[in-house]
Amino acid sequence: MKQIFTIVIFTENKIGLVNRITSLFTQRHINIESITASESEYSGIHRFTIVIEETHDLTVKVVKQIEKQVEVLKAFCFTDQETVYSEIALYKIQLTPDTDKEALMEMVRKNDAFVKELVGDFIIIEKTGKKQETHALFEALSPFGIQGFVRSGRVSLSKTYSTFSKHLQDLEAHSKDTIIIS
Amino acid sequence: MEAITKEDKKVITGAEATILSLLAEGTDMVFGYPGGAIMPIYDALYGYQKELRHILTRHEQGAIHAAQGFARISGRPGVVFATSGPGATNLITGLADAKIDSTPLVCITGQVASTLLGTDAFQETDIISLSMQATKWNIQITKAEDIPQAIAKAFYIATSGRPGPVLIDITKDAQFASLNYEYKKCTGFRSYNPKPAIDIEKVKQAAELINKAKKPYVLFGQGVILANAEKELATFVEKTGIPAAWTLLGLSALPTDHPLNVGMLGMHGNYGPNKLTNECDVLIAVGMRFDDRVTGDLKRYAKQAKVIHLEIDPAEIDKNVKAEVAILGDAKASLKLLIEHCHANEHTEWLEEFEKLSAIEYDKVIASELNPTKPGLTMGEVIRRANEHTNGDAVVVTDVGQHQMVACRYAKFNNSKSNITSGGLGTMGFCLPAALGAKLAAPEKEVIAVIGDGGFQMTIQELGTIFQTRAAVKIIILNNEFLGMVRQWQQLFFDKRYSSTELVNPDFVAIAKGFGIEASSVSDRENLDQSIQQMFDHDGPYLLEVMVEKEDNVFPMVPSGASVEDIRLE
Repeated sequence: MKQIFTIVIFTENKIGLVNRITSLFTQRHINIESITASESEYSGIHRFTIVIEETHDLTVKVVKQIEKQVEVLKAFCFTDQETVYSEIALYKIQLTPDTDKEALMEMVRKNDAFVKELVGDFIIIEKTGKKQETHALFEALSPFGIQGFVRSGRVSLSKTYSTFSKHLQDLEAHSKDTIIIS
Repeated sequence: MEAITKEDKKVITGAEATILSLLAEGTDMVFGYPGGAIMPIYDALYGYQKELRHILTRHEQGAIHAAQGFARISGRPGVVFATSGPGATNLITGLADAKIDSTPLVCITGQVASTLLGTDAFQETDIISLSMQATKWNIQITKAEDIPQAIAKAFYIATSGRPGPVLIDITKDAQFASLNYEYKKCTGFRSYNPKPAIDIEKVKQAAELINKAKKPYVLFGQGVILANAEKELATFVEKTGIPAAWTLLGLSALPTDHPLNVGMLGMHGNYGPNKLTNECDVLIAVGMRFDDRVTGDLKRYAKQAKVIHLEIDPAEIDKNVKAEVAILGDAKASLKLLIEHCHANEHTEWLEEFEKLSAIEYDKVIASELNPTKPGLTMGEVIRRANEHTNGDAVVVTDVGQHQMVACRYAKFNNSKSNITSGGLGTMGFCLPAALGAKLAAPEKEVIAVIGDGGFQMTIQELGTIFQTRAAVKIIILNNEFLGMVRQWQQLFFDKRYSSTELVNPDFVAIAKGFGIEASSVSDRENLDQSIQQMFDHDGPYLLEVMVEKEDNVFPMVPSGASVEDIRLE
């Protein structure tokens, strides 16, 4: 049975590695729902957060294939229950003389969103939350006329104790530095 | 070559650093083709011709397949030079072949100057993106000072863990620029773990299963050869008395006439090894990856057996066949531990089951293939005759198709690293350049290239390289004037609709002679032996065209999508 998985990948900072990783999904016809790349808590190590909808069996196989790529330090996969996750959505709405501003502000408050910026005739509303929540606000704002909408990829942290730090120590211990040859 | 030490840095160009780095890794031969963007490296090479022999092939695909042949026979990484653009893209097939067949290669491509990157400059192509899928690792270098470290890393990655091809793309300005040269061999880095520690508990669990097994069965692949674990494999099967069958790439890891070598697995493998896969109780897979050509229908593959998988690549474990016990690690080290923990045993009755099925296969397939009574020559009898001349000591390089299956089924091997073929990718055109590379790597060995008339014409231009190098490759073309394997499938599964499989061939003997290579053609049984003798006696390369039966089929056969137990003898 297919379900949502969040795949977290720690890598070296190397140009092109993202292609190498995403092509593993392409090869198996797995659609990437979202992808986010950022720094991690470790200096010089990048974190990819990739969301897919797939069976557990196939997800585990792909995670192993990701992990074997040179310059990938570790890859994990989590179900939604195992992580705390969030996305950011921005909504652009044009204010006209007909706009019921009070109703709009009420909608923003009710949805735990806020007005990010007022630019001329437009307001930009920001909402952080799960996809269903940002989608619900999209539906709610639709009658006001949405001029622009964007949702970020998922960011996520696991609810369990991170084993990556220990793993990194082990990796660094086993790989002695280079030696001079004569 | 001058020894380079940390105290003895010198200022040289990136191009010269490339050559010195290769020499520091022990490279003495490189296969390649020059062009604009790699000219500085070729210019630097001019000064090191004694130390580094360059083989000028006639096409970059020829260069990379030759490097593969070099690597497969020697166990050392093959090194390739190509220029940017078409030079680089012509490497793609060889890279993909080497990736799927775990062959260590270090490919160096020239690239347009870094200031021109992304401008659609002359002969610019983004070879890093293009080769991403087909390499184990690749990198683009735009600064001369990064060259030695990249090459050190490249050799380390190509040859360690599950070996594979790597590509370094060096911009022309980086080749021209200067650097303070020093070379540090790479011995490891944190984001790559090629030597997983073996879990001794897993070894004990595996040994327990093996010790209790009534019908244990070993399947071995190229992992044994890549780990230099041939002795350990032999010791393991001899101690435990377990019959062992090979994958296409595992062939030659155990001598053909070893009493426990029961034959070939897979689509055109032997009858017993396929059938009995579904009767064994413990299946011990050593350095093999359960390719679909080996397993057939996975839903009906060894379901009754407990599977033990010895494998260095963690992504291969449970990929196709679920392992009861997986031992992650190098085949040599894993087998050594397993030998210690397994009891000495015999499985005479179980082995007899293989012998019984082997007798059936002999009667129905092998006898008429090796000793035919019909007038037309069979591919099998050509291989049998060649065996009689080489007595199993030759290196046999094959292309892809019917002749490949026949050669692998019937060629005799006494020594490991003697079977070179394109397994996973099935690359037609592989054989001729690969045989050239193998012969150049091991001139003391007899190297036979067995090729079909189709595949031969895909890289026929490498006859020019054979002529120029005088590499004494013995080329046997098994000519049935068809793309034989496709024709066989058309006959069996497409109602004999022979769509675009018939070849009207040129005069191969005249072509070989035009390339300055001695050649002859034979089409009758009476002259076959003499022709083969003449080929081996000839001092230098030789091409023998053998006209074989046009519409013979290779059997046994596990039809595509069928179970191994449904293997057909006719």
